[in-house]
Amino acid sequence: MKIKSQKDFFSGLMFMGVGVAFAWGATTYNVGNGARMGPGYFPLLLGVLLAIIGSVITFKAVTVETQDGDKIGKWAWKPLFFILAANFAFGVLLGGLPSLGIPAMGLIVGIYALTFISSLAGNEFNAKAVFVLATVLAIGSYVAFVWALKLQFPVWPSFITG
Amino acid sequence: MDLINNLSLGFGVAFTFQNLIYCFIGCLLGTLIGVLPGIGPVATIAMLLPATYALPPVAALIMLAGIYYGAQYGGSTTAILVNLPGESSSVVTVIDGYQMARKGRAGPALAAAGLGSFFAGCVGTLILAAFAPPLTEVAFKFGPAEYFSLMVLGLIGAVVLASGSLLKAVGMIVLGLLMGLVGTDVNSGVARFSFDIPELTDGIGFVTIAMGVFGYGEIIANLSRPDDEREVFTAKVEGLFPTKEDFKRMIPAVLRGTALGAALGILPGGGALLAAFAAYTVEKKTKLKPGEVPFGQGNIRGVAAPESANNAGSQTSFIPLLTLGIPPNAVMALMVGAMTIHNIQPGPQVMTSNPELFWGLIASMWIGNAMLIILNLPLIGIWIKLLTVPYRWLFPSIVLFCAVGVYSTNNNTFDIWMVGIFGLIGYIFHKLGTEPAPLLLGFILGPMMEENLRRALLLSRGDWSVFVTRPLSAGLLAAAALLLIIVLLPAVKNKREEAFVED
Repeated sequence: MKIKSQKDFFSGLMFMGVGVAFAWGATTYNVGNGARMGPGYFPLLLGVLLAIIGSVITFKAVTVETQDGDKIGKWAWKPLFFILAANFAFGVLLGGLPSLGIPAMGLIVGIYALTFISSLAGNEFNAKAVFVLATVLAIGSYVAFVWALKLQFPVWPSFITG
Repeated sequence: MDLINNLSLGFGVAFTFQNLIYCFIGCLLGTLIGVLPGIGPVATIAMLLPATYALPPVAALIMLAGIYYGAQYGGSTTAILVNLPGESSSVVTVIDGYQMARKGRAGPALAAAGLGSFFAGCVGTLILAAFAPPLTEVAFKFGPAEYFSLMVLGLIGAVVLASGSLLKAVGMIVLGLLMGLVGTDVNSGVARFSFDIPELTDGIGFVTIAMGVFGYGEIIANLSRPDDEREVFTAKVEGLFPTKEDFKRMIPAVLRGTALGAALGILPGGGALLAAFAAYTVEKKTKLKPGEVPFGQGNIRGVAAPESANNAGSQTSFIPLLTLGIPPNAVMALMVGAMTIHNIQPGPQVMTSNPELFWGLIASMWIGNAMLIILNLPLIGIWIKLLTVPYRWLFPSIVLFCAVGVYSTNNNTFDIWMVGIFGLIGYIFHKLGTEPAPLLLGFILGPMMEENLRRALLLSRGDWSVFVTRPLSAGLLAAAALLLIIVLLPAVKNKREEAFVED
């Protein structure tokens, strides 16, 4: 068996997997019948449907010829890692992680961390320029979100504000 | 005249100082993100949803709507000057617009896009005002079976008209529907697929999906591309005004584009993108007048028609949302989210229960279009400057706004973890070549579909034939089936694939 469209093959597998998982999960709830649908009825229906769609896509991916094999191509690990890392770092710094005993550092610290980490995802990194950008964003966010829109944020580290 | 009365009520609402300001902010932001490639209205509206909590509902919706149609204006600027679509709906404008700019006719191209958009926007708003009330009447006759069938039609229409691979798009819809079911079942109180995480019993946040998949996913995908050389025509754009000759060619193209765009906007799955594609195809089919520049080499009709069409389409795509409560595209799905945040159940009752909101929103669109033409033509210099902002400044800001936005929806860091996960999922979708827009539509419609299916089957005592024995419902399902059959016809199928290759 030769995969003729890599993208379709794996998206088909993804749909199949998710569909089966949802359908299997749905059977743990009361399924009921048409006239009295239980909480599992509709998810079961959709899960089976998704699994069928997925299998058709996978089947076509190994049978229908494509010109270039529809390669998925290289994964962009660098941007993927840094963007998500920036996001998680921001979350941890903003709200803290009580379960691990990490205190909340607040919005401003979070913004600096996020800007620096996410900038590493790009092709060029100039610490000075990133620092300026982070400062602009920190002041801008403070003015826009805290001062103008009055959203509730821990702005400063919790050990300063108490 | 009811229409006049209603519109005057609407203008009364829209002309208050506060609403004018929010309309202006929406249009300004819309133009901004339209001009900047790499960020679209879906991500922007998702980011700003939490910020609208504090606003009155009318102001919030006016602003969010302004972002959508404002983006259609801004997108053309980038298309013409940089050879990059600032907005997905200006993909076809790039073809002739950029060629015009290279020949030193950037000014007339921008003017054609702006004036065409303005005209189309005005017509689109009028159509919205005229067609919404009668459609609402029809909507009141709908029972659960009809609503279910309508949603099926809407979802099928969405993929048939506006995506690449049909099967994968259907798969994404079903995936979206399933994700919409996560959380507490309203009927039995059972928490479904929540893995005992308390935050998940409320369901997956709509904003987290939209921002993760459309915000983070897109950024990662953009960064993985090598920096393309941008040639920006920042040198003075001279002679903004088109010549008499230009006008003569432009006007029929604008009219055709507007008509086509308005019609396609109403259809499920329609909206700005499809309208622009269709309008360009039609223009290309018409005969060239003697002395006219061929298409692809800077024909002004190739700019005027798709730009009018995408604006008309973006206005009329509000019709299914406001009358039936069914979003025809991803942006409208976000508007449903915005309305529910403000405790407004989208649907036919909005017009009677919230007339100020309904007519105020429509009137604001006309005002917004007037603001946009001023923002985009005389002030074009500012936007051109913006185009020189490098992406490496832009993307950290977008990441920040997304993270701040999701946090502020519930003041809970859990949403930040979720948006990160959806960012990863969004990138996987991108890699696998599956379009995320149908997922968002399915996600919004999931709970509604389940509820209507449940009610319909309850009334019919479990008999599935109710969907085909009730004439309205049968008609809607037949239309959905017809759409599928048409697309699967070999002749149409090839053409369709051709059209989306340019994507």
